[in-house]
Amino acid sequence: MKYLYALALALLCCGTAGAKEATLLADDPVVEQRLIAISEELRCLVCQNESLAGSRADLAQDLRRELRGLIKQGKTDAEIKEFLVSRYGDFVLYRPPVKPTTWLLWAGPFGLMAVGVVALFMYLRRRNAAIAPDELTDEERQRVQALLQEGEK
Amino acid sequence: MTPELGHFALILALCVSLVQGTLPLLGAQYARREWIVLARPAAQATFLLMLASFGALAWSFYANDFSVQYVAEHSNSQLPTVYRFGAVWGGHEGSLLLWVFMLSGWSVAVAFFSRTLDETMVARVIAVLGLVMTGLLLFILFTSNPFNRLIPAAENGRDLNPLLQDPGLVFHPPMLYMGYVGFAVAFAFAIAALLSGRLDAAWARWSRPWTTGAWIFLTLGIALGSWWAYYELGWGGWWFWDPVENASFMPWLLGTALLHSLAVTEKRGSFKSWTVLLAIGAFSLSLLGTFLVRSGVLTSVHAFATDPRRGIFILILLVLVVGASLTLFAWRAPKVALGGAFGLISRESMLLTGNVLLVVACASVLLGTLYPLIIDALKLGKISVGPPYFNAVFVPVMTPVLFLLAAVPLARWKHTDIKEIALRMWIPGALALIAGALVPIAMGGWTVLTGLGVALSIWVAASGVIQVVRRVRSSMPPASFWAMHLGHFGVAVFVFGVTMVGGYQEEQDVRMEPGDTVSVGGYQFKMIEVKDVPGPNYSAAQGAFEVSRNGKVSQVLQPEKRNYFSSTMPMTEAAIDAGFTRDVYVSLGEPLEGKAWAVRVYYKPFVDWIWGGCLLMALGGVFAITDRRYRLRVKAASTVPTEVAAGLKGATP
Amino acid sequence: MKAKFLIPLGLFVVLVGFLAVGLGLDPREVPSPLVNKPAPLFKLTQLEQPELAFAPEELKGKVWLFNVWASWCVACRQEHPVLMEFSRSKNIPVIGLDYKDQRKDAMGVLRRAGNPYDLTAFDGDGRVGIDYGVYGVPESYLIDKAGVIRYKHIGPITAEDLQKKIIPLINELNKS
Repeated sequence: MKYLYALALALLCCGTAGAKEATLLADDPVVEQRLIAISEELRCLVCQNESLAGSRADLAQDLRRELRGLIKQGKTDAEIKEFLVSRYGDFVLYRPPVKPTTWLLWAGPFGLMAVGVVALFMYLRRRNAAIAPDELTDEERQRVQALLQEGEK
Repeated sequence: MTPELGHFALILALCVSLVQGTLPLLGAQYARREWIVLARPAAQATFLLMLASFGALAWSFYANDFSVQYVAEHSNSQLPTVYRFGAVWGGHEGSLLLWVFMLSGWSVAVAFFSRTLDETMVARVIAVLGLVMTGLLLFILFTSNPFNRLIPAAENGRDLNPLLQDPGLVFHPPMLYMGYVGFAVAFAFAIAALLSGRLDAAWARWSRPWTTGAWIFLTLGIALGSWWAYYELGWGGWWFWDPVENASFMPWLLGTALLHSLAVTEKRGSFKSWTVLLAIGAFSLSLLGTFLVRSGVLTSVHAFATDPRRGIFILILLVLVVGASLTLFAWRAPKVALGGAFGLISRESMLLTGNVLLVVACASVLLGTLYPLIIDALKLGKISVGPPYFNAVFVPVMTPVLFLLAAVPLARWKHTDIKEIALRMWIPGALALIAGALVPIAMGGWTVLTGLGVALSIWVAASGVIQVVRRVRSSMPPASFWAMHLGHFGVAVFVFGVTMVGGYQEEQDVRMEPGDTVSVGGYQFKMIEVKDVPGPNYSAAQGAFEVSRNGKVSQVLQPEKRNYFSSTMPMTEAAIDAGFTRDVYVSLGEPLEGKAWAVRVYYKPFVDWIWGGCLLMALGGVFAITDRRYRLRVKAASTVPTEVAAGLKGATP
Repeated sequence: MKAKFLIPLGLFVVLVGFLAVGLGLDPREVPSPLVNKPAPLFKLTQLEQPELAFAPEELKGKVWLFNVWASWCVACRQEHPVLMEFSRSKNIPVIGLDYKDQRKDAMGVLRRAGNPYDLTAFDGDGRVGIDYGVYGVPESYLIDKAGVIRYKHIGPITAEDLQKKIIPLINELNKS
């Protein structure tokens, strides 16, 4: 009995102690970290271009709740993404999946870079061949000197 | 009466711009001087008419004239006067009017500051600007008239979107539009060059200050938008690769390539066709951006209310302007003579490589932005392309650009020796590697991205500083030298900021009651209270948070959660303590039970370096324009052809 | 040599082609990956009689319309008269899914505007909606005799949608 009284008193004191460390909004910070990481790669379907992580829309909150549940069940990232893709399609992924329809998307920039640099290289080679080198005559050289001196003033 | 006057001024402006767009062009083509000289006065007239029209709309907002439909949709009698002015461009019709007003401004500026330029060239430039203006005025008058009356007049307006009631958002669109529209001048110069067949170093010299000016505004406009998003949206994000953000970034990338290409054309007479193509491209992307924002083909938080009719109209405008210019390019560019020869390893080739990479970066952003549309149009499904894609693709493409950036100023024209550059670059190289290894560890942990980011920024910064020090020892370099190094240093600062914030920011999402504390990034935050605070057109809950470090209290931050009378969505006003090396950021989430609130606290190291870098870049641009060369009066009686003189002057590295 | 200068124009033409097609598309519409897949199973209580349950297996062997709605949904009120008309004239079951709603509010709507549904399942927390890929009400599904989703309609159903798409599909499904 005395023990119970003591415990109650102690708890009461804690409650009225005043300044304390703020509690995290999430129950489980580890789960929350994973949730943020995964949902930053997902799209909020009802928003105008926001990620699932940051959106305040109702559906976004519902989906985050579902995801939390799946994380706690121990599902992998791939399984969680599959959960959403099977219901909403590829549109829900912010990072487009690599499949035949997106090969051009993923390969495009790097392909362009390679093509661009190679084309540039070949163009420069051809260009130098096409331009005849022009040498200055002595008279022209003297004129150039005179002009340079004038320009320096 | 004022709206009708504004409307009338708009119609008159259309008539004058039609004249401005046709007669001087024909006059230049058929050597009819009496038509050529119409160009400048026409530009002045359109400017005055657009000023009147824009002024009429601004007045309608100031006077709370809710019989004008546009005013009723975007303003409110309780809206503070300052924001009433910003509301003029808060919606589609008004922002388009601003666009055309600025176009008339740039045109009259060209008319004003071109006394030393060839008259025929100026006539062509102003005429092309007039044609673009005609197209846009037709668009406004037929589909997007801001002066439409609302009958019966509304009691009170719907109010300006609360997100836009902010100083940053008031300046962001005008800055951006100054940039977009400014590229029209570069475009007009390019078209004039193609039409006249005269594509030489002198043309590049004339074009350059205008292009630089536009680029400065675009840089500032984008930076302002990013900074606004950071402090206004409450999540601390500063770039989302949103389609409309991309629409402003693409012209910037091409514009940067154009700036550098123009420099080469001016100094060496090379890259002429490429420069013209870039000038056409930059403005085309500006127009494309206008299309994307207002047509509804892409989802974006920035999109204006859409109307398929408007989309079709802008698309037609786009087809006419860009299609005609690219056809002209295909026809005339092959006839342009090649410039001087340069070696495979030379300043020219390195600049050209940088250019190509910038174009690839721009194309990548375009690809990612339009890909969902392409896939949907081909009936191949529905995908979405978000920040993870852009980040994955942009960094690898830009890394070589940053690498080159530091080395190019050391390269010589025509031919340069790699070994020579390498010898001069070993100090920055070593510093970069050391910094890339140590700084991330000092900040909390090394990753490939943070190591790379730090290394590249130190590489650029160190080489710039060393070059400046070496050069200043011998003689005071001209403004253009400072311009280049300031601009490049700005890039280094930017990259450093992005790397630090991306790699080392900390955040806590907590439930707080008065008296609670939370720790983030070495700072302690104590919630003192949340009280109700009324505003002119909103009511707010204002929090007070004491910030301290190592026991010393530095200040009290007061974030707010505002409920505007006109909107159901509450607005977050974050409280930020901005510092040179970090920002400390508190924003209120939702009220919870009792006196508790959901609170988000952030520690953002070096985040202000992002916009600081942009400011430095813009400052570099300002230095470039103020270079003595542009203020020299061309000696009328000079026997030296301007081409040769310009080429020789630019021979000093 | 001249051909390469036409490349920018060529690329532009392709771009404009896509943009033109894009004007006719809705970038925010999310097509369902569940079409031609079995309708997700569930067991929910009925709206007006919470002691009774409903599961989609009960309707095996019949073609039926599954309509997701809510009392707070403005667009649902647009399609309500169309649904009323449809449930009167056609003899396929129309089942409602009351999504993220309060029973009181939902029943109030049905009482005031009429009840086109044979029955309504109550999905208070929206879990079943998520399983069906619902992202914005109203949405409707046409499910065939084998319990496979054959068509998803996003947004309110208009009389034209019924005529052009839904009724022909129902007739086709009924034949098999």
